[in-house]
Amino acid sequence: MPVNTENMVKVFGRPESLTDARFTYCPGCHHGILTRIIAKAIDELGIAERTVTIAPVGCSVFAYLWYKCDAVQASHGRASAVATGLKRANKDLIVISYQGDGDFASIGTAESIHAANRGENITVIFVNNQIYGMTGGEMAPTTLVGQRTTTTPDGRDPAYFGYPIRFSELIATLDAPVYVTRQALYDTRRIMDAEKAIKKAISYQVEGKGYSLVEVLSTCPTNWHMSPLEANRHVAEVVTEAFPLGDLVDRGG
Amino acid sequence: MERSVIIAGFGGQGVILAGKILAQAGMDHGLEVTWLPSYGPEMRGGTANCTVVLSEEPVGSPIVDEPTDLVAMNLPSLDKFEPMVARDGTIVMNRSLIERDLERTDVRPYLVDVHPLAEEAGSSRAINMVALGAYLKATGVVPLEVVKGAMARMLEEGGKGKFVPMNEKALELGYEAV
Amino acid sequence: MGERKLMRGNEVIAEAAIRAGCECYFAYPITPQAELLEHMARNMPRLGRTFVQAESEIGAINMLYGAAAAGVRAMTSSSSPGISLKQEGISYIAGSNLPAVIVNIMRGGPGLGDIAPAQGDYFQATKGGGHGDYRMIVLGPSTVPEAGELTILAFDLADKYRVPVMILADGMLGQMMEPVELPDPVDPATLPKKDWALTGAKGRDPNIILSFDLDPEVLKQMNLVLQEKYRKIEDNEARYEEYQTDDADIVIAAYGTVARIAKTVVRRARAEGIKLGLFRPITLWPFPYEPLRELASRVKTVLTVEMSAGQMWEDVRLAVAERAETPFYGEMGGVVTTPKKILSEVRKYAR
Repeated sequence: MPVNTENMVKVFGRPESLTDARFTYCPGCHHGILTRIIAKAIDELGIAERTVTIAPVGCSVFAYLWYKCDAVQASHGRASAVATGLKRANKDLIVISYQGDGDFASIGTAESIHAANRGENITVIFVNNQIYGMTGGEMAPTTLVGQRTTTTPDGRDPAYFGYPIRFSELIATLDAPVYVTRQALYDTRRIMDAEKAIKKAISYQVEGKGYSLVEVLSTCPTNWHMSPLEANRHVAEVVTEAFPLGDLVDRGG
Repeated sequence: MERSVIIAGFGGQGVILAGKILAQAGMDHGLEVTWLPSYGPEMRGGTANCTVVLSEEPVGSPIVDEPTDLVAMNLPSLDKFEPMVARDGTIVMNRSLIERDLERTDVRPYLVDVHPLAEEAGSSRAINMVALGAYLKATGVVPLEVVKGAMARMLEEGGKGKFVPMNEKALELGYEAV
Repeated sequence: MGERKLMRGNEVIAEAAIRAGCECYFAYPITPQAELLEHMARNMPRLGRTFVQAESEIGAINMLYGAAAAGVRAMTSSSSPGISLKQEGISYIAGSNLPAVIVNIMRGGPGLGDIAPAQGDYFQATKGGGHGDYRMIVLGPSTVPEAGELTILAFDLADKYRVPVMILADGMLGQMMEPVELPDPVDPATLPKKDWALTGAKGRDPNIILSFDLDPEVLKQMNLVLQEKYRKIEDNEARYEEYQTDDADIVIAAYGTVARIAKTVVRRARAEGIKLGLFRPITLWPFPYEPLRELASRVKTVLTVEMSAGQMWEDVRLAVAERAETPFYGEMGGVVTTPKKILSEVRKYAR
């Protein structure tokens, strides 16, 4: 029977600024949700025609494929420095740097901290899944105490490997950043919170307010050796203990 | 004609600036010039020197292993550079600090007691200009008036215009001392 | 043209970059190129342009990558150890077909080395210090005025071919002063627009800048595009100077400050009756192989002189290819060669 669409209201759709390219992510991985949220924020703020996204090295290396926006691929850890160059060269651009935990909080430590400390008017999305996904599940700077990875086969022993680094808290100690927050995507409520946070972070940039950082706790069912549902539960029950959710700094209001 | 001079002394004796002024004056006088400093940690208190080449032709080597002239503001500089000076070259030396005489007999020495003259000009800091004045008279490489002009412009550009009269006086006293 | 001014090599490179329309400059302090950074710090903000003192050389080269991707003329500078840190970024800039200018005011190495003038980075600059099959145009100024001219040329060549261009000079050239007359400034707004740049996908498909593809066949094609460009550069951009080579029996091959020191040696040697000439590559990549080969067939000796253990020497031997004897004389570690030392080497081959 044909469906009558006459009195229907569209409540959900594909964001305009999302391309038709198929995601390269594993089932249950949160990168896809996050990508969609960012595209939605770009739509709502009407900035697709002046946005440049920065793809990092790691699972999200293909991030330049997902948005109908200009994009550049940065070397491992350097996305915040590349963002600095782009934004300083053309302040009308909206620059969104998308970086994983190894990229942002390990190899790119210096670039990450100093872009934040200079108060570059950029938005950094920092995806924290506590593991190096693309290279095969090695320890990340954010890997939890006791967590097994291919390079901590007996679990992360802090006496030997140190502790998971709370990078957003570190950034939050600086004077320049306008907005630093940690979000998650394990259920509808968190997704809606994350949507708001990302839109706020990008709108601060549009308004010229300065640097914002949105850390997003994400899953890696493949390398965590969990089902997507188990992975979601793991974030909700375990990961958020080590990485509490919420705003750390909001000087934009 | 090509002249090359090494101006050397302790850091703080103003040898780098004296060389710059000479190079600027040489350029103003229509010569080709290069100015090459020693640089690095020795800038802060150790020994310092610079090499100025003045020529009617484009300058080849800015580094000189046989300078036609030497301005030695202290003993270590004289010890180091005296043997390098070309035969019949000119050595201006700071008699206030260097007690020994030259070992070379095939060069033209000018012994100048720079400190009292600098004091007479207004400050012991003007010893570099006294020595430069003496060097100008000894060699005639650039006219005194051109050097005065270059010095005044460089000090004014550096926001130190008030020291111009003192340094002019020091250049003159050095010039007359030879 | 502007007025004739006595200027330091480092300042001339900075000022020439500004006049070439450089809109963004990123760097980290290091001796002996600090005056370059300081000149930019004083002047870029005054002109409404970007100066960022980066957190590191790695930060600086990646800011350069970003600014170049945005389509503006941009530059970074450093000295040997700092240039080592920039290699990853240079590889990315080359692989992404971006125009950018990188200045290396060389000092003694390897490792921390010292701060005295040296030419030990020739291999790194001309053979690729970073990973992958890329090339970079390398310009070796010999005098302070030429440092200015080549800086302006560097921006033009970078834009023309969308490649990184390096100014390879040494600490002596950076520190010394010479009279210079710089051309009038270019207004960046009048430079040709770059339709590939990241300016926002308004009324066009998105522009994507990358050096990446997981499909080897596609990456091979991307490499072939680079190689084709490099052949074109080799065919069109090799530059060199010959000095008193017409009747020469012996020719010194040298670049940068060593070449100008060698000019003094040529004059002195000729005063002694030695028919000495000088071959000076101005582009170190592309190296002027053909002109040197042609010259080598007319002389007995091509003596390479460098402030290194013999790096350009390899290119000289490739060019000469046994047409003449190819001895070498070099200094290392920041020890500067002098006319006397070079002349005594020349005398060995004069009889």
